[in-house]
Amino acid sequence: MDDVPMIEVRDLTKRYPGRTAVDGLSFSVGRGEVVGFLGPNGAGKSTTMRILASFMPATSGTARVAGFDVFHQADEVRRRIGYMPENNPIHLDMRVREFLKFRARLKGLGWRRSRERVDTVLQQCGLMDVQRRIIGQLSKGFRQRVGLADALVHEPDLIILDEPTIGLDPHQIRAVRTLIKQLGERHTVLLSTHILSEVEMTCSRVLIMNRGRILAADTPQNLERHLSLDGQVVAEIAATPAAVREAFCDVPEIERMDLSAAEGEYTRLALTSKDGQDLRVVVSELVRANGWTLRELTRSKHSLEDIFVHLTKARKEDA
Amino acid sequence: MNVYLALVRRELGGAFNSLTGFVVVAVVLLLTGYSLTDIIGKLNGGADDRPVVEMFYQSAYFWLILLPVTPVITMRSFAAEKATGTYEALMTTPVGDLQVVLAKFTGALLFFLLTWLPLLAVLAVLRQVTKEPAFLEPRATFGAFLGLTLMGSLLLSMGCLASALTRSQIIAAMLSFLMGVGLWVVSLRPEAAAADGDVFGRVADHVSMMRHMGDFARGVVDSRHVVFYVSGTVLFLFLTTRVVESRKWK
Repeated sequence: MDDVPMIEVRDLTKRYPGRTAVDGLSFSVGRGEVVGFLGPNGAGKSTTMRILASFMPATSGTARVAGFDVFHQADEVRRRIGYMPENNPIHLDMRVREFLKFRARLKGLGWRRSRERVDTVLQQCGLMDVQRRIIGQLSKGFRQRVGLADALVHEPDLIILDEPTIGLDPHQIRAVRTLIKQLGERHTVLLSTHILSEVEMTCSRVLIMNRGRILAADTPQNLERHLSLDGQVVAEIAATPAAVREAFCDVPEIERMDLSAAEGEYTRLALTSKDGQDLRVVVSELVRANGWTLRELTRSKHSLEDIFVHLTKARKEDA
Repeated sequence: MNVYLALVRRELGGAFNSLTGFVVVAVVLLLTGYSLTDIIGKLNGGADDRPVVEMFYQSAYFWLILLPVTPVITMRSFAAEKATGTYEALMTTPVGDLQVVLAKFTGALLFFLLTWLPLLAVLAVLRQVTKEPAFLEPRATFGAFLGLTLMGSLLLSMGCLASALTRSQIIAAMLSFLMGVGLWVVSLRPEAAAADGDVFGRVADHVSMMRHMGDFARGVVDSRHVVFYVSGTVLFLFLTTRVVESRKWK
């Protein structure tokens, strides 16, 4: 069983009348991975997740969870999945403990087992102090944790979280992220978000999605590396712009040079290299040769945000 | 079975956690109370040889309770869950569609019967005051409650269907109220219609809730009536299940 990937999606397509939400999607997620679905609103993240949780069928293509088909073996799949839908819908009129127990029973846990598991997840999600409170009276951060506890209560192999940190304040976001990271140690996690820093921090792999297709799939670090080849080098040098221009205009590796006045006596120099070389050495050598003072020398890295904008924009221009 | 019981419990809990549940109970209580004073007025007014239960269901109060209350009980069942999104959470647990439909229906029926318990108190008060054993006579009372259960089942199953069709509670309530009132209008003049002898008249006579309740209130359990309500309930619950399943065809 262990060699079967946790999620295997092949040519998955979902069409709504007049709109294709998911368009020939294929990917797989191995056991123990924490994978982030990243994409703008309407990219097809939620639809894919709903299909994986076997809430609705795909128009064509197949999706398997732990080797079980999500449509034909829906019950097997549902037993193995802890799914938190978008906006974390939970019964606001129930008490925390009561709700989790109810959900545990729905997921097929016996009376004794559900009590044990509820105690465990209450502890795990830091809900012990509010277990007797009515969910509707809790803050959004706590509600989110109740949703997470619900997804965990039957010890699923795979946890699917649709926008788990949406609408939370920074403290709450941090707490929820820590929780997700902990989950990644024991479960396979698939989460969706449009917040980039979130996948950078929590995920071992990112799938960037737009208009129902996957544009890129890699670790956040690799994605950054691939796309930072055309990175810029920025330097602030204590010299006049004219002198700087003269010193740098002969360097063959430089493709583009921008100069601007910086604070004080300094000139701000921004260089783009021709073939992705690191220009920092060239800059430092030239500065030393001219006897100037160097205040700053940085190589601007592309954040995931740039990659994301770059990829999704390119796609828009194609269309 | 465990899952089913958990769901039924949740349905009942939901009814009592909401204001709607208590409003329903209060309204039924109020109307039953009014009908009590009404019946006392009639009893004081002169000889009336009808059974008291029959007097009760022939009064406007009975229908005023039955027809609007059932849609209000069932409007929540699917529509509210769809609107808040908990429906998705429910349907991604390993629970069968039929199980969900039956649990929601059972929860609604239990709540419905609970709201009718004050009727027993009304009859008990009348019996206490008048020392007349005809009130709360076991067979008639049983018949009346059986009739109520069967009629309630049919109306509530219509309500479940209406609620499964939409995500708006108002629309669900209106739709099931319309279905209930439709059946009631057909029930109004069964004898007159049947006397005409045409097909419509005979059908109306067969489905007339008035006629059925008349028999039940006299303690007569006619199997034709029972079959009518049970098969109607099964039909509407079947349709509800199909509607719930329909998300898999889209």
